[in-house]
Amino acid sequence: MSVTPSTEVVAKIRQRHLIELIARGKRLDGRDLTDCREIKIESGVIDKAEGSTLVNLGNTKVMAGVKIDTGEPFPDTPNEGILTVNAELVPLASPTFELGPPNENAIELARVVDRSLRESKAIDLEKLCIVPGKKVFVVFIDVYILNHDGNLVDASALAALAALLNAKMPNYEVKEGELHIKEGHSKLPMKNLPITVTIAKINGKLLVDPFLSEEQVMDAKISIAIDKDEKICSMQKSGLGIFTLEMIRESVKTALEKSKALRKIVTG
Amino acid sequence: MSKVKPEKLVDEKGLRIDGRKLDQLRPIKLEVGVLENADGSAYIEQGKNKILVAVYGPKETYPKHLALPDRAVIRCRYHMAPFSTQTRKTPAPSRREIELSKIVRESLEPAIFTELYPRTTIDVFIEVLQSDGGTRCSGITAASLAIADAGIPLRDLVVACAAGKADDHIVLDLNDEEDQFGQADIPVAMLPRTGEITLLQMDGSLSHGEFEKALNLAIEGCKQIYGMQKEALKRKYVLVKEVAEEAVEAEKEEKGET
Amino acid sequence: MPLLFERNQFVTPGDQLAEGDYIPGSNTYRDGEKIFASRIGLANTDGRAIYVVAIKGCYIPNVGDFVIGKVTDITTAGWIVDINSPYDAILFVSEAVERSFNVQRDALTRIYNIGDLLMAKVVAYDRTRGPVLTTLERGLGKITRGKVIGVTPTKIPRLIGKKGSMINLLKTETNCYINVGQNGMVLISGRNPEDEDLATLAIRKIEAEAHTVGLTERVSAMINEMKAKRGVTNVQSQARETG
Repeated sequence: MSVTPSTEVVAKIRQRHLIELIARGKRLDGRDLTDCREIKIESGVIDKAEGSTLVNLGNTKVMAGVKIDTGEPFPDTPNEGILTVNAELVPLASPTFELGPPNENAIELARVVDRSLRESKAIDLEKLCIVPGKKVFVVFIDVYILNHDGNLVDASALAALAALLNAKMPNYEVKEGELHIKEGHSKLPMKNLPITVTIAKINGKLLVDPFLSEEQVMDAKISIAIDKDEKICSMQKSGLGIFTLEMIRESVKTALEKSKALRKIVTG
Repeated sequence: MSKVKPEKLVDEKGLRIDGRKLDQLRPIKLEVGVLENADGSAYIEQGKNKILVAVYGPKETYPKHLALPDRAVIRCRYHMAPFSTQTRKTPAPSRREIELSKIVRESLEPAIFTELYPRTTIDVFIEVLQSDGGTRCSGITAASLAIADAGIPLRDLVVACAAGKADDHIVLDLNDEEDQFGQADIPVAMLPRTGEITLLQMDGSLSHGEFEKALNLAIEGCKQIYGMQKEALKRKYVLVKEVAEEAVEAEKEEKGET
Repeated sequence: MPLLFERNQFVTPGDQLAEGDYIPGSNTYRDGEKIFASRIGLANTDGRAIYVVAIKGCYIPNVGDFVIGKVTDITTAGWIVDINSPYDAILFVSEAVERSFNVQRDALTRIYNIGDLLMAKVVAYDRTRGPVLTTLERGLGKITRGKVIGVTPTKIPRLIGKKGSMINLLKTETNCYINVGQNGMVLISGRNPEDEDLATLAIRKIEAEAHTVGLTERVSAMINEMKAKRGVTNVQSQARETG
């Protein structure tokens, strides 16, 4: 059951100040409406994980870890490995994150990141098949929010992608239907590089990469994932407000544009 | 994808599998004030342990009926990230995490002047990002810095360290292999000024004499780490003062006043 | 009767400060014959008492304090106000409106609504209940313009300065109306955003370097430097917002 959330009270003066600035095309932190915050990506930060990345998007800090295990494939996809994405809004990241199992925000976050990876076929799941119908590799992506300063979606999607690119899986061979792990590691078989761009709507204006103060006053936001061939692979509108058709078109154009530069930051 | 028991934990030269001597701590790195949202925070690396701690509060207690009339409520959560261990750990709290949350809270609470903030709550969140043995001790060491960083009054910093037995030798600061395949593990937390112990656990098999030796070794380890905690606080806060005062001195020199 | 520290020495919780007949002042405690620090800060003494000027700490209200708070809820009795303290403050209707009043929810919201920022004074506070505010005095009430930033409450005395020396310097040199709440909330209201950003930068500098000497000169120098650069540098992008 989903219930209208109670929101943190933002001072009215601050809301007005923010909206006035945006009407003039400027934001509280000095950015233009289409600027992203500074991004720092550090991969390989957790040795025990098969892949890991720490992303700083402005003050938003997200860590993603990749764990690889083996398991049975789903009955309807006997030749494919399994990808599963989980997100934790741990209370240490924000006074507004409560203790407990993932709530609807954490679940939506995980599923939106998952969708961008799955629909773009970022991982070549068929190459993760060990013994068809019996054994496949299972890739777990765990997204951990460490500090919430807005736009968890883009930061999480970046962290997840970079962690996958950083990940190493064991070399193996199959003898008589049995899995034998060999020496050495290889990279995960990646086929695509989806990038997500989130655009918030405040008082009729669209802004890219909203930070926390902007998210607290926005009407709604839309997250759009673009793959390396400029195809749109997933979208999610979120929040109580509305988007006009024009705004959606503008958002798609902006996402197409911004995704190129963001992809370069991940691939280096 | 789990661990294989190593042939030896301590070799003939008395060196352990990571090259340490029997009474040597793992390399430790401590940083204070690393998260913007939290009121206080700290980060520790101890060997391969990587742990982040955030403190929020003191703040109003909700629901109100859980508040204590004469002191603050401490809520402590010890939690491991799913990617922190060799085999992925499910995100839901395990029985081990629930037990550790309790004993970690009990190791920190005696040091906090909770009576100064009646009816409030202080939250301590310990997130293990990478685990390699002795995470409860590393977590407590970092948590006490995070609490001090939040400006919450303390009787003393709390510091923790473990000692134990591996391959019949008494060793300090066990790593994951030594913990899993060794003969005993004793985590200890204390208030260094008075030597009061706020956490003590033991698992394994030790003679009375061996226990004495290991406990003393753990306390020695605690004292060393206490020095590092104070250093970390100094590094965070004293630097600004020194930079500013250097600037004043430099100006005075320019004007020929020195 | 030994003192175990130098003036303004950096101390951490548990550090021994002195032994003997001293009075344990703020952020210290006595255990037997000895006095110890309980917070991170700079240790000092006035001869009789030993105290630590804490580098960080939450705001504990005192009766008579001027504070700036945010209305977070409305009850039939009045308004709940967040004053950046471990305890929510309450503003009763009788402390906000002078004439006799027929309490209905709508009428209350017309006076102060959720999200309004108020200048208020603490009229009562003890261990058994939260702080009680008033907005009846002159100069108190709803804030309608300017911006409010949050400063670590322990730095407020330095921001004000001896007999207001520091805050007056800021007001004249940045041409802004600056109202400092004891609870760490500071209202800045200038004639244009650039002046307000300049004041913000100066306040952040004071907050970061509160425990150093020669601060007044450095702040003055910084303000003059920024004013000279104005129009060339984007001051706004350096001013970090909180609050």
